[in-house]
Amino acid sequence: MSASFERGINAFKEQIDAPVAAFFSSCVRCGLCAEACLFYTETGDPERTPINKLEPMRRIWQQEYSFWGKLASSLGLSRPVTDADLTEWETLVYDSCTLCGRCSMVCPVGNDIAYMIRKMREGMAASGHAPEGLIGATRRAVTIGSPMGVKLPALQAQIRHTEKDLGYSIPVDVEGVDYLLLLSSMEIMNFPEFISAIARIFKHAGVTWTISSEAFEATNSGIQIGVSEIAAELVERIVAAAAKLKVKYVISPECGHAYMAIRWEGPNLIGRPYDFKVVHILELLDELRAAGRLKTSGKETQRLTYHDPCQISRRGGVVQQPRNLMHEIAADFVEMPETGTMNWCCGAGGGVSSNERADEIRLKVFNRKKKQLDQIHPDAIISACSNCRIHLEDGLEEYEMDIPVLSLTETIAEHLLDREQNEGQEP
Amino acid sequence: MTETELLMWARGPALQVATVIFLLGILVRVLEILVLGRKANLAEARGSAVAGGLRPIVSRSFPDSGTLRRSTFNVVAGYVFHTGFFIVLLLFAPHILLFRDVFGFGWPSLPTQIIDAITIVTIITLLAVLVHRIQHKVMRYLSRFQDYLVWFVTILPLVTGYLAFHRIGLTPTMLLAIHILSVELLMVVFPFTKLMHAFTLFMARYYNGSISGYRGVNS
Repeated sequence: MSASFERGINAFKEQIDAPVAAFFSSCVRCGLCAEACLFYTETGDPERTPINKLEPMRRIWQQEYSFWGKLASSLGLSRPVTDADLTEWETLVYDSCTLCGRCSMVCPVGNDIAYMIRKMREGMAASGHAPEGLIGATRRAVTIGSPMGVKLPALQAQIRHTEKDLGYSIPVDVEGVDYLLLLSSMEIMNFPEFISAIARIFKHAGVTWTISSEAFEATNSGIQIGVSEIAAELVERIVAAAAKLKVKYVISPECGHAYMAIRWEGPNLIGRPYDFKVVHILELLDELRAAGRLKTSGKETQRLTYHDPCQISRRGGVVQQPRNLMHEIAADFVEMPETGTMNWCCGAGGGVSSNERADEIRLKVFNRKKKQLDQIHPDAIISACSNCRIHLEDGLEEYEMDIPVLSLTETIAEHLLDREQNEGQEP
Repeated sequence: MTETELLMWARGPALQVATVIFLLGILVRVLEILVLGRKANLAEARGSAVAGGLRPIVSRSFPDSGTLRRSTFNVVAGYVFHTGFFIVLLLFAPHILLFRDVFGFGWPSLPTQIIDAITIVTIITLLAVLVHRIQHKVMRYLSRFQDYLVWFVTILPLVTGYLAFHRIGLTPTMLLAIHILSVELLMVVFPFTKLMHAFTLFMARYYNGSISGYRGVNS
């Protein structure tokens, strides 16, 4: 990644398309997006207003792609974007935005601000204004295969542990199965129970699946930092593994940005459609439930709520499936106020959690989630993103709230109907 | 130049120039957006981009409950001055007469007393909007010269129209000339400023909705 100011400006220009031009043309500076953004509501800093995070890119659009702006530039009436401007905006674009897209839902003229922030990061990274933490994560993703530096032996160790507990083997590099499971590094290192949960559910439902030793990482730092070439390279690894193992489906695990990367950005990054389908694990579990292949027994009696990971629900479209699944396992399922596609972000997505510089602000803006939780007092929070889970745990600890955070997939695995035990009851 | 000559100029050449700048300017602004194009989406669709895009063209005119609660003044004042402006523009009898003169057809008008009251409410609301823009820390931070210019050229036709109707201060001829010139100022400023949102917001809403709709989300 050789970065220069000139490369950055060119990257900005390349990113500007008709939607961006329509969005910038339409902004009336009403400020409503500020109230939709937890980085504004919890800090009160007007510079963190979502549309303001795009100001350098807006100026480039105006000066390069609007007739009047070009005229003004040629007369020397406009102020070109400088390297100092980009330095000033770096913390707004990376530390104060999780790409959650809540602003894009409320803008009265319809601006998709998150769509533009994603594009703006391409220019920021190319001009050398990406945060150190994300640069490191991206470098590890390219060289090691995982943003957290998780190597294959670490995964193999977790698989062996899981196999020992379960008493049966976890499929690795098995050709011709239906599904290829991807994992996020956080699941491998922090939540290995996820692998066990998947194994038990798939055994129960008769799903044939495998993990690839060559492409097991689901997350994509290239997208978070905003370097499409790297993002495409990471997607290609998965595409190659899927082709080699001849699978029909690739499963995106419980990780929001992984889903955005592999499901929605992937084909556009590599410039061609896939030969396989991508499903989020919650989509698959709900399909299995609807087909009668996933049966649960007993329900949690404690008061449970569901935290929508932004990239899975608002930006990804998996909104109803987790609710169907929650009703299967929760007797007392309570929604947060402003939920589903209007849920508030935990505060650590979009690369914020990989950026140590943002540690303080991500915990500060967690106060928005606290306010939501204070209105419903759940006994436990269920979510479907390991990054959300880790940050929810951090935030709850910071605010001295004693609420456990659980994975939806893992909770379902705890409630699987024991088919052998219940065989006699089947009609 | 006499008052009558000024009025004739405002109604004649000035109006023609303003109309050309207004229409050509809008055309250029819309075309310069469309020519940028966008890449085809290669990911497999979950929902309809077109249906998703059409939906917010209407639905974005109605705020979500959280926005209404958190930004009540913006939302209410926004509704009042937009509807007030369009009612006065489109339902005041002399405006309809002017339209009938040019295009040969018209529509029923509202009684002048009602138009009068709506004008006052709209002017007061716009004054409040200005105060709000100056006082609200986010709006003040975001505001540039253009935002105040646009406010000025928007309130001006309302004020000059009110003065012309009530014949306050100057001769009726002069007041009418000033009113027409203020409208022409609005038309000339329009394509160069955020007033363009009146047209481009439909494009912005469509793009936003189609991006989400493709993924199966109603935005």
